[in-house]
Amino acid sequence: MRPSRSTVSAGLELPALSFAITRADLIRYAGASGDFNVIHWNERIAVSVGLPDVIAHGMLTMGMAARVVTDWIGDPGAVVEYGVRFTRPVVVPDDDEGARVDVTGKVTAVSDDGVATVAITASSGGVTVLGRAQAVVRLPA
Amino acid sequence: MSLNPEFVGRVYPPAAIYVVGREKIREFAAAVGEANPACTDVAAARALGYPDLVAPPTFGIVLSMRASRAVIFDPDLGLDYTRVVHGEQRFSFIRPIVAGDELLVATTIESIRSMAGNDMIMTRGDVGTASGEAVLTTYSLLVARGPDEDAP
Repeated sequence: MRPSRSTVSAGLELPALSFAITRADLIRYAGASGDFNVIHWNERIAVSVGLPDVIAHGMLTMGMAARVVTDWIGDPGAVVEYGVRFTRPVVVPDDDEGARVDVTGKVTAVSDDGVATVAITASSGGVTVLGRAQAVVRLPA
Repeated sequence: MSLNPEFVGRVYPPAAIYVVGREKIREFAAAVGEANPACTDVAAARALGYPDLVAPPTFGIVLSMRASRAVIFDPDLGLDYTRVVHGEQRFSFIRPIVAGDELLVATTIESIRSMAGNDMIMTRGDVGTASGEAVLTTYSLLVARGPDEDAP
């Protein structure tokens, strides 16, 4: 049952989302997005510029975190606004588990014309990786 | 080195048309783990009222990043790309991107600020169809770390 204007109100918590980002995910996203910045796949260069290890593309974390909203609303085209700050990099180790990212969403407002504002949090290893993250979605009638 | 504030308001006009393909949407959806069938199955997208496959919300970065290279590599602006990190990103939609769209991006420098030795440059990408329909606007904050600062 998709959420609708009659079932969604401020305070509603969306189902939480948790996902892993592995080195393979970084390579796949580089190819899909065209962002081949070496700090996202080359540990030697990442370390040489002062990073602890290879880090995820901020846009990959943002793209994966969007699913907390799109999984809930059931329509990727219902998002009318989506914004984040990249507060800390997601460090991706060279292992099979990768980096775990935990995402929550909570409806903070619903307008009279059925547009919901969702506050999003995303953390990895206990630190916030997306700040001031918010999506605005059009609810089905 | 501070960036020249006179660049605020400068517009980098659209270059080549970007044709949004079904396979690119499928590839991007797989890369971000977006499992909604409207991103991969045309019948599912049409059932939601769209003419063709729907792009995931962050797909616009593929176009806006490509277009913003004109800013990043503008020799007169003098941004040191090796020191640039992505600070903020926002998408504001008039409608979602769908397969078959033929899109152009005009990039504008919204603001330039200096803070704690870092240069912060906000770019706006106005994405619209080749026939003039506005589709979405992207906002990207690029942060160029100052030369005296250690890595983040």
